[in-house]
Amino acid sequence: MNWFINFLGSSIGQKVIMSLTGLFLITFLAVHLTGNLQLLVNDQGEQFNIYAKFMTTNPLIKATSYLLYASILLHAVQGIVLWRKNRSARGGQGYARKVTKAVGTNSFAASNMAWLGIIIFVFLGLHLYQFWLQMKLGKVPMAEYNGEQVKNLYVLVAEAYSNPIYVAVYVFSMIVIGYHLLHGFQSAFQTLGLTHKKYTPLIKGIGWMYSIIVPLLFAIIPILMYFNIYPLSSFLH
Amino acid sequence: MKITLKVWRQGGKYKGEFVEYKLDNVKEEMSFLEMMDVLNESLVQKKEQPVAFEHDCREGICGTCSMVIDGQPHGPQKATTTCQLHMRSFKDGDTIYVEPFRAKAFPVIRDLVVDRSAFDRIIQSGGYISVNTGQAQDANAIPVEKDVASMAFDAAACIGCGACVAACPNASAMLFVSAKVSHLAMLPQGKVEAKKRAQAMVKTMDMEGFGRCSNVTACEAECPKEISVNNIARLNREYLGSVFASEKIV
Repeated sequence: MNWFINFLGSSIGQKVIMSLTGLFLITFLAVHLTGNLQLLVNDQGEQFNIYAKFMTTNPLIKATSYLLYASILLHAVQGIVLWRKNRSARGGQGYARKVTKAVGTNSFAASNMAWLGIIIFVFLGLHLYQFWLQMKLGKVPMAEYNGEQVKNLYVLVAEAYSNPIYVAVYVFSMIVIGYHLLHGFQSAFQTLGLTHKKYTPLIKGIGWMYSIIVPLLFAIIPILMYFNIYPLSSFLH
Repeated sequence: MKITLKVWRQGGKYKGEFVEYKLDNVKEEMSFLEMMDVLNESLVQKKEQPVAFEHDCREGICGTCSMVIDGQPHGPQKATTTCQLHMRSFKDGDTIYVEPFRAKAFPVIRDLVVDRSAFDRIIQSGGYISVNTGQAQDANAIPVEKDVASMAFDAAACIGCGACVAACPNASAMLFVSAKVSHLAMLPQGKVEAKKRAQAMVKTMDMEGFGRCSNVTACEAECPKEISVNNIARLNREYLGSVFASEKIV
């Protein structure tokens, strides 16, 4: 097993950890988004609340959620370790002038992944405190659908998004996530050595679209809720 | 042309600083190094210590010249070494910052001269072929596809100057190591030891204190030989394949 531990500590091993956890978090974002879009259903949160109950009680999803928490922590801790390592590798004396160009990626995003990541982590703290923790602690009003008691998470979300400051924080955070993805998506494939003359343009194209469309849809939700616009109709009834 | 230079002066481990020099009679057709020669002649005449900088072939093929010029290793011109950069790339009245390649693994020896022997130690750990390949082969005795030969040659164009490390925000040596691993791994004689080589060279690279690659691609943008980051992906593949699929432990 020594060879495996050595691998995890090697420069490429450390990057592979970032890549694999990153790809898992990218997949999670899409799942999270499909859940969130149900907030825009015009049924006072019924469909969203039933979905939230399913997501918090289904054993398979619960097991996956522990993997998710672990991935977030690993991605964050490994990211900080790499950031410190890379700063020390640069040496004490910085350049008086520095131009950082990039080929085929966004140079701002690529050279600021750590800062973008730290902002996302702080946002995640707020996000988990606001919704996840309140739900876990049971500080959520109940709603009744067909005689069944369900936690009314929707009310909590609607209340938060009636505050323009929270709306602004969420929209800003989504822009940050968009930039993080802009580099992270394709970088994850490069780190795993998955480059190919035929498929790399496709991966890069999907990466660009993903990092624009997904954060955009996430950001639209609090804005529409703030203005009380609920464009989707329920498929429950 | 009138040029103001802000040159980094540093004696070894002592703290360095920028010193300003004004040059009044710079010709457009001078190379950047010739301008530095003119500066040094004037310093010698004034009985001052000339600026230490490295140079050798002055033809862009040896990889000896270094310098970060206005924030870019080898200066602003694409795919060009400092010795092949000419003053026509600058404007009359420009102020130019001249700094050494900065990285922990490249300690400053004096002024603009840094110790790049970390690269030599990486090569010593695996950037060679040790199997017996016999006498010189007939040209067509070992079939190599032209496309593959060209890719190997593109990687072999690396002159080991270290601009990739200087350009990288993380001071990573991945482009250099990947070029060396790639050019050998793609040819039949080099393929034999490819597995061991990838692990050995990455291990030495890590020990020398270079940073971790985060695919910023600044290395490719600044490389005077335009070595592609595709080589880094190939190194990742070679390394992962070697660690997980071969029995080699280095």
